Order: sequence, then structure tokens, then C-alpha cells
Amino acid sequence: MTVMAMAFYLFAVSAVIGGLFTVISRNPVHSVLWLILSFISAAGLFVLLGAEFVAMLLVIVYVGAVMVLFLFVIMMLDVDFAELKAEMARYMPLALLIGVILLMQFGIAFGAWGVSAGAEAAREAVTPTDVHNTAALGLLLYDQYFLLFQLAGLILLVAMIGAIVLTVRHRQNIKRQDILTQMYRDPKKAMELRDVKPGQGL
Amino acid sequence: MIQSDLNIILPEIVIAIYAMLALLGAVYTGKDKMAGMLVWLTAALFVAMAAWIGSTGSGENAAFGGMFIDDAFSRFAKIMILLAAAAILLMSQEYMARLGSLRFEYPVLIALGAVGMMTMVSAGDLMTLYMGLELQSLTLYILASMRRDNVKSNEAGLKYFVLGALASGILLYGASLTYGYAGTTQFSGIIASAEGQAPLGLLFGMVLVMIGLAFKVSAVPFHMWTPDVYEGAPTPVTAYFATAPKVAAMALLARTLYDAYGGVVGDWQQILAVLSVLSIFLGSIAAIGQRDIKRMMAYSTIAHMGFALMGLAGGGAFGVQAMLIYMAIYVAMDIGAFTFILTMQRDGQPVTDIRSLNNFSNSHPARGLAMLILMFSLAGVPPFLGFFGKIYVLRAAYVGGLTWLAVLGVIASVIGAYYYLRIVYLMYFGEEGETLDPPRSPVLWSILMASAAVMVIGVINLFGIEGIAQAAAATLIK
Repeated sequence: MTVMAMAFYLFAVSAVIGGLFTVISRNPVHSVLWLILSFISAAGLFVLLGAEFVAMLLVIVYVGAVMVLFLFVIMMLDVDFAELKAEMARYMPLALLIGVILLMQFGIAFGAWGVSAGAEAAREAVTPTDVHNTAALGLLLYDQYFLLFQLAGLILLVAMIGAIVLTVRHRQNIKRQDILTQMYRDPKKAMELRDVKPGQGL
Repeated sequence: MIQSDLNIILPEIVIAIYAMLALLGAVYTGKDKMAGMLVWLTAALFVAMAAWIGSTGSGENAAFGGMFIDDAFSRFAKIMILLAAAAILLMSQEYMARLGSLRFEYPVLIALGAVGMMTMVSAGDLMTLYMGLELQSLTLYILASMRRDNVKSNEAGLKYFVLGALASGILLYGASLTYGYAGTTQFSGIIASAEGQAPLGLLFGMVLVMIGLAFKVSAVPFHMWTPDVYEGAPTPVTAYFATAPKVAAMALLARTLYDAYGGVVGDWQQILAVLSVLSIFLGSIAAIGQRDIKRMMAYSTIAHMGFALMGLAGGGAFGVQAMLIYMAIYVAMDIGAFTFILTMQRDGQPVTDIRSLNNFSNSHPARGLAMLILMFSLAGVPPFLGFFGKIYVLRAAYVGGLTWLAVLGVIASVIGAYYYLRIVYLMYFGEEGETLDPPRSPVLWSILMASAAVMVIGVINLFGIEGIAQAAAATLIK
């Protein structure tokens, strides 16, 4: 077994284990940590494939930013995870049964698995040659996959609109800070000196 | 190259840019006060785009190296989607405003969803398929939970989101298996890689992709979400769910099966036949026990999707033509039926209980008659339009050699007639009870009457859609 193959199995197994424990671990914070392990393993797999840029993206964007945000959200959420887990345990036997059957079917099919004769050539035909893979990615993304790139942008826009529609509330009767009125406030109008005679109120 | 590509996707670009401008415009001006105007504007744009696509589109054009296909089939589906979405927008304005949930994002989201649906029916690549599907689904999740203060609406959105994510995951798995086998995600490449046999990788991929799409058209056994989401979502949104996205998903299913998996027709035909027969029976039988008219319509949708799948299962150009005609008639019927549901209210509050229709036609004869026509049409009773849709798909199944499927379809449609006719019975012969309010909105009234009129007038020549659907189907089957 070569080093490459060893590394592949190492990353593949730890990705699967990370995924499994994300689902079954009791503490949601641990779940997030397992998910991070899973992402890092996936990044390792990308490096093995020669896609360093995607690997770094995965580490920096997902592990570095998204997961940390996730961690904060989970720590702040007041959800009884134990109760959710109990609900899950109820359906576990059925889910396991279906999972095992699916796995067995794939296992049986794996023996006779094959790829089309032209698959390898078709897979390689897309990638621009003679450039390093970050440049290749850019060439594909902004040229050949222009439509998909724009559609992905629209999807993110919809997600943003959705988050705002579903959560932002404009409350009516609260006092807000209005910086402009504060700045243009005229001291002459705000304060008035009155001469109060002794013995008399205003 | 990019110039001609952009020309082909011009309708989508126009709608997407309109949506962004509308969003910005509304944010910086009147916000929710602009919503009413935006609804009308969006509906007008949809109708204009449908007219544009219908009048200028010709031939078969592929953009972006075959990722996006503009042909007669996609144009037919796009026109149907845009007109249905326009009708839904007009229907929803008054109802949403009364509930206080007419927000300016509503028309914007529907416009972006329309872009997604138009991309779906034009997909020529598994990646385009997925992008279109997600763009459309994401707007639907948000629309379902549009009534933030209503627990049921939130539940509907969340349930749809979680199950939709699962379905997307399965679809993606199928897509990756297909890619693994074929080495390309493009439909033309996938069909070329099959080489006349049924390789395992392609079969597994196809089955999983079909599961993901069957979820979107709510075919049994992937229908679980439908009744709950239909019941919980605001009624105009439910009407939207039942029409435009169903057309898009059905057209996408047809396109994927023929364009990408056209080499293994026999293999997916049997799956479609099973999905179809399960859907029509479950839809027809489970609807009988429903008390809530929106839940009932959910099961009715499931049954109708079963019939549309039956046409597709029949195979060949005639099967696709039957499916397209069936979907067009179904959308017209459902718009009418949901308009009626939108007018159901008592003391200004919407009601969805079927028993509230007791003796309805005594106090509102015109609306009662319109609903009677629509219900007869949905049930497939002969003189009305719905009957012709059913005849088409039954013939497609028969021609395709699936006589057993056609026979079962007839049996299920007789069972299904019960719950449609029960509504008619309640309206005409029900006990005396509290009556519902007269309709407030002239828009709803006219859509209802127009839809009922279509059911009667359409029988003359089906408005000539037979020929158009035939031409559309012919471009899909090569």
C-alpha cells in the first residue's frame, strides 16, 4: 500500500466517523466538533486529489468561519437536545433497517460496478490544462459555468431575503437613536433660561 | 459566444433583474406599502414574458455549451409556469393583505422562484437541474412560513425545508453516481454513455434522481409532506404550491428521463408506473376522510400527479403530450378551486372546514355553480375539461402497453369522484346552517368565474393546446 492509499483511507475513514458522531453524539457542541473533523478530513481528500485551493477553502471558510458561527448559535440556542435525541431513538430501529438494506444493495451492486468507456476522458476534458488548479477553477467558474455561478448567486440572495423576511421585526413603539437629529439639535431651542422669582413657581 | 448565450436566457435575466430592482425599490421607498403595486407589476411582467416567449421563441437553442436548452418543450412549460404564477399573484393580494402578511418580499420571492422554475424546465445538465431546483425550493420554503405568527405556517415551512433538504441530498447522491458512471453531468453525454444497455451506475443514479424529483411532485411514497404543508401554508401559497412548481417539477422529470436517461427507458417506465398507481390510489382514498378542504386538495394534487405520471409512464411522444395537456388542464382547474377556497370566509375570517359549505349554493348560486363545474371537472366527469385530460393520459397508458395501469386509473378516478361530489352534495343539499360571507374581491370572483368558464368552453377544442403540446413533446423525444 502506497502512502497515497494509506492517506486516502485515513481521511476517508475519519470523514465517515466524524459524520457518524455528528449525528449520534449527545452533546451538540461535540457534534459540531465532530463535524469539523469531518470537514478537515474532506479537505485532506481534496489535497490528495490535487485540488489544494478547494481544500484550503474548506478549511478557511467552513472550519474557520461557518463552524465557529455554528458553535456560537448552538451554545446560545435554548433547545432541549436530549428530548430530540429521545425522539430519534424511537425511530432508530426502522432507520437502521432501511440504512442496512440500502448499504447491502450498494454492496451487492459494487461487485458489478463499472464506468462508461469514455468516462475518464470526459472527466478530464473539462479541466483546462497548463495552468495551476486555482486558475483552472477560475477559468471554469467564470466562463464555462457562468450560468451556474450566477444562479448560485441568486440562491444566496433568496436565502438572505428569507432570513430577513422570517426574522426581522420592525417594532413600532420603541425609541430609536436618530443620529442626524442628535447632530442637528439646536442647543438654543433645547434649553431655555427663565428667571424665577423667589417665592413663585413657574 | 457569451452574447448569443445571454440572448437565449434573456427572459430569465429580465425577471431576475426585475426582482432585484423591485427589492431595492421597495426597501428604499414604501416597503410593505409597495407590496400591492408590486404584486400587480410582477403579474403583468409574467404575462408579458409568457407572451414574449410564446411569440418570439423558435427552434432548439442550446446555451452555455448545452447546459441550458431552449426548445418547444421548455417554452410550453415556461408559459404554463408564468401564467399560473401570475394568476396566483392576482389571487393572493386581497387575502394576504387581510391577514397582514402581504409583504413586498412576497412578489419578489415568487419572481425569483419563477426564474428557478424556468431554469429547471430548460436544464440540459445535472448541475443546472440542481441549481434551478434549489432556487425554486428555497423560495417555496420561505413562502410556506410567510405567516410568521402562525404556528402551523411555521411548522409547514420547517417540515418542507427539512424533508426538502433530505430529498435534495438523495437527488445529489444520484447525480454524483451518474457522474461517476458517465464522466459528465451533461444530459447529452449521459445518454451517450449508456450505449443501449442498462449499466448499474447509471441505474442507481437514475433511481435516486427520480426519488428526489418524485418528492417535488409529491408522488407516493414521497408525499408525506404534502397535506401538512398545504394545510399550514397561507392559502394563496398553497395554491402556488399546487400549480407552478408542480408543472416545473413534472416537466423537469420528463426532460431528465428522456434527455439523460433516455437510454434506459424500460427501467424507469416501471418505476413511474408504480409511483403513478400508488399516487392515484392513495390520493383518491385518503382524501375521503378529510374535513379540511386544503388537506383534501393536497390529496387531490397527489392523485392528479399520479395521473400525469401515468401519461409519462405510457412513454413516447404521445405520453409526453398527454402529460403536458393533463398538467395544463390541472393547473386551470386548481387555480379555480383554490380561488373558491380563498373566497370562503365567515365574518371576515377564512374558513377551511368542508362542512361550512352546507347549503352554500342557496345563498350564493353563481359561486356554487362555478365550484360545481370545477369539482365535476376535477373528478373527470364527461362534459367538462378535466375529463379530456384523463382520457389523454389513460390513452397514453393504453398505447404504451400498460393496460392494467389504465384500468386501475379508471377505478381510482371513480373512487376519487366521491370526495369531489361530496362537496357538491354539501353545497346543494346540505343542512341549513350558517352561511359564508359574500365575496369581497371582484378579482377573485372574476378568476373563479373565468376558470369555471374555461372548464366548459375549453371542451370545444382545448384552446388548441393539443397541437402545441404535440410539437413540444416531439422536441423532447428524439
